Amino acid sequence: MIRPSRDVSLHAGVLAALLLLFFVTSAYHNGNLARIMVLAVFAMGYNFLFGYTGLLSLGHALFFSAGMYGLGISMNHLDMTVLPAFGMGILASLAVTGAIGFLALRTSGVAFMIVTLMFAQAGYLTILLFGKYTRGDEGFVIQQAERTLFGIDLTDPTNRYFAAFALFAVSYLFIAWAVRTSFGRCLVAIRENEARARMLGYDTARHKYLALLASGVLSGASGAGYALLFGYAGATFASVQYSILPLLWVLLGGAGTTIGPLVGTAFAFYLVDVSSEFTSAYLLVVGATIVFLTLFFPQGLSGELRRRLAPWLP
Amino acid sequence: MEFGPHFLLATLEGALTAAVLALTAVGLSVVFGIMRVVNVAHGEFFMLGAVIAWFVSTLVGVHPAIGFALALVAAPVAVGALAIVADRLVLRRLNYDPERTIVATIGLLYCIQQLTLMTFGPDARPVVPPFNQRIALPWFEFGEQGLQVIWPWGFGITTYKLAVIAFAVIILVGLWQFLARSRFGLVMRATQLDREMAQAFGIPIDRVYGLVFGLGAGLAALGAVLIVPIRQAHYLMGHEPLLLSFIVVIIGGLGSIPGTIIAAVLIGLSDGIISVFFSPTLAKIIATLLVAFVLVFRPQGLFGLRSA
Amino acid sequence: MKKENTQHLAGVSRRSALKSIGALGGAAAFSSIPGFTGMVHGQTDEPVRLGFQVHRTGIGAAYGRWYERTTNAAVERINNMGGINGRPIEIVGEDDGTDPKRGAEVVEKFATQHNCDAAFGTLFSHVVIGSAPRAGELKLPYLVVSEGHHVASGILNRYTLQPCITDVKSQVQAMAPFVHDNLGKKVTMIYPDFAFGHDHRDYFSEAFARRGGTILEQIAIPPAETAFTRYFPRIPRDTEILYHVMVGPAVLTFVKELGEFFGGSGPALFGFIDSLEAVDMNSPGLEFLDGSYFWEGMPRYQQEGMLEFDAEYRAAVGVDANGASISDSRDVSTYAHMFGCWETLHFIRDVMTAAAGSGNMKQAMIEAAEGVTDIAESIEHPQGAKLFNGKTHQVFGHQYISKVEGNRLNVVHSTSIEDTFYPDEVDYTQQEL
Repeated sequence: MIRPSRDVSLHAGVLAALLLLFFVTSAYHNGNLARIMVLAVFAMGYNFLFGYTGLLSLGHALFFSAGMYGLGISMNHLDMTVLPAFGMGILASLAVTGAIGFLALRTSGVAFMIVTLMFAQAGYLTILLFGKYTRGDEGFVIQQAERTLFGIDLTDPTNRYFAAFALFAVSYLFIAWAVRTSFGRCLVAIRENEARARMLGYDTARHKYLALLASGVLSGASGAGYALLFGYAGATFASVQYSILPLLWVLLGGAGTTIGPLVGTAFAFYLVDVSSEFTSAYLLVVGATIVFLTLFFPQGLSGELRRRLAPWLP
Repeated sequence: MEFGPHFLLATLEGALTAAVLALTAVGLSVVFGIMRVVNVAHGEFFMLGAVIAWFVSTLVGVHPAIGFALALVAAPVAVGALAIVADRLVLRRLNYDPERTIVATIGLLYCIQQLTLMTFGPDARPVVPPFNQRIALPWFEFGEQGLQVIWPWGFGITTYKLAVIAFAVIILVGLWQFLARSRFGLVMRATQLDREMAQAFGIPIDRVYGLVFGLGAGLAALGAVLIVPIRQAHYLMGHEPLLLSFIVVIIGGLGSIPGTIIAAVLIGLSDGIISVFFSPTLAKIIATLLVAFVLVFRPQGLFGLRSA
Repeated sequence: MKKENTQHLAGVSRRSALKSIGALGGAAAFSSIPGFTGMVHGQTDEPVRLGFQVHRTGIGAAYGRWYERTTNAAVERINNMGGINGRPIEIVGEDDGTDPKRGAEVVEKFATQHNCDAAFGTLFSHVVIGSAPRAGELKLPYLVVSEGHHVASGILNRYTLQPCITDVKSQVQAMAPFVHDNLGKKVTMIYPDFAFGHDHRDYFSEAFARRGGTILEQIAIPPAETAFTRYFPRIPRDTEILYHVMVGPAVLTFVKELGEFFGGSGPALFGFIDSLEAVDMNSPGLEFLDGSYFWEGMPRYQQEGMLEFDAEYRAAVGVDANGASISDSRDVSTYAHMFGCWETLHFIRDVMTAAAGSGNMKQAMIEAAEGVTDIAESIEHPQGAKLFNGKTHQVFGHQYISKVEGNRLNVVHSTSIEDTFYPDEVDYTQQEL
């Protein structure tokens, strides 16, 4: 039913469009797109667990901030350079996700939501408790001079854009590939009916654990990338709000689609940005739009596209 | 302060938290248990209760007690009515789909917060309690002359705080009786057990859902009216009650109202008591992890059925 | 002065020249030629665009509202006096949601979309620290009104300055001598368990110990806490002074519960007005504060014979002698902090005037600011005289200690500027522009 070539051309098209946008948009939108691409990685990580595996977590802020602080603390306190520090960010998110996943996956459904929420809250408070190193809510700056990779200054707008693009492209292609593997198909089977998947002989526990690890690491990569490209790490990014945001982005963009997270992240960003130009009560516009979308676009923006125009959308 | 009075004081404070939390969480529990939707805007209904209490008690401006008594009725009714409208206009049209409801209620949350900011403003505003005397509490100690009564520094509570605890207990008992004995309670339980079956028996599910949603919001607002003379109305005050009541509902076991109340008491008290033994932030971390571990080892909650 | 005038006139004449071209129907064609537009921007009455990062929503909203009112009043005054180099100021306000992520986005927007000449006005430290890296990278002068120690601590960059409000390190260390000599030698501190509170903890403890006092206990309250009574038993019995500082919406609860806890028999209280900014001193439950002391950045209640320009400033920003809005006496201002916006806007005008005519206005503005030292007390700096340190980009100024008497705050002590000094921790002038 699905012609792989359509898939491939969609993915290539999305990446090509993002490359092209760099050349046709203004400096302002360039900066926004760099930010959106980094955050879309967070949303894609979230979507992998929520959209494909069916596990609704409320603790992803912790995985994001594990990456953020893994990189930030390595650079500021251990004097690491960018590449190893980025590795530390990935490792930190892997370790945190691994430990929490081990415990949280004993539960499912609403209990999973609360367990992840509680671990993330504990993590947030722990960041505050070690304020000496993290500077708590105030956070710290990663100095411009240190944000260079192979002699490339990542604070330069062009370099930043392409660094964000690289992070996005790698994550996007990884997801596009992963959901087409038998592993990915099995995750969807778990989402649809876990008992049946188990009965068919799949080790659903292992699948879910691996899906969570991948989700956590992508979130961590996004956090590390964000700290690196925008020069700041702070506890705000570990608060509940940043666990709810990827859920919102994914649901707005379309859960269980590869482009949904990007669409949702971009939409949410520009919704705030554009509406705040017209009115100081922009949250009202944002809120009403969200309600409107859930009423009339039940599958999210790209989910609706899939339903109406392109049923092949991966 | 000595350990004994400190412990007792923290317990009393915990009981106050528990009382208000129980009201708010029972409100979420009926919604969650019967409609099976996560209402992210529940905290905003709480906040609206407090804000309306401020408006009513300020505008009436006779005696604080009269204004407050009026708010005690007006705020839950107004908030409940608003929730019924939201149910009609939004939730029902979503067919109570769990995921879409989450997003829609996030949208509602933004709208309610922004409207409150525009009308009520960004300041925290106090409501005068109807009565408020500080009661110094005694403590007993073995001194040189045997058993002595001492009055430790700072060891006391206010009459209003005691009244809040008592009032919450009365409301909860009344609610329990109502749900156990009234026809509406029966209909609610039937809907909770089997929605299709209830519908087949002619129960107007839509109306039940609307009323349940209104009841849940009204209870949150009532909790807020009680606490607002102690903790002021502020447009961002909804976050904490939302999270706490959400936790309480799950820990208590989905759909179990006694479970919710017991969980509220446990969480309120443990929050107070743990603070005696550890530095404040560490105490918060421990209390949070405790909740996580309870659920890790008992995912159905303390009083939930395994299948839930 | 004469030079300024001629420039101004030159600007006007060019504009009138443009107008006459417009009359001939050619303006649209001309202004669409890129080179020509550039020239127009540089040399006419094109407004000076200042990005104003406002806390309109989020926990800083109570401050944001008053920062905005103060800003509007200052802009009106400056524009009535002829603007900056003959150009009027145009404020581009953007809500940062009191959030560091949105804050950074807003700063980018000022620089790359609105083409602002500078940005200013941020209060909350995490927003400053989250936004400053972007301001530095985009080379946008970023003047904060935050009272955080972030600027002077050296973690920010050459484009970030705090020219009109002293930082928390200065504030608290200037309080220590007064507290020690007048109120008591044994202190217990209560503060929020995040960076702002930690600054209070560290710098006050240090200064107080230097003076010979003892800190008995330090009680850190978790952020977003709404109930406080259970933490008060940690206050040791032999405490002579309770030092308290809280921020956020729960401040009033905090102060009220403190009063209920002690029931009139506690230690003396010394607090930072941050605990009661935008809160009416007549609020129910605050009676017990009578006789306690507060730090104030600028005295909320008008003081007889102090601060020569206070009355004029109050009238300009619409605040009465009790620090409340002229139109609503229950609408209390954030008087101890908001002067920073008024003064910062005048500071911007002065440094931009000094930098006039240079090729790169933003760089020249930073260099001009770094050259500033003494700031005299005037209607433009009504909080008092100040000393700016061009190396650390931080200003130092007088601090006020007030006593609560009959529901109002009366100043009992003002510190000298020297009381707020500490050794430099950074020299931003060494960084590239």
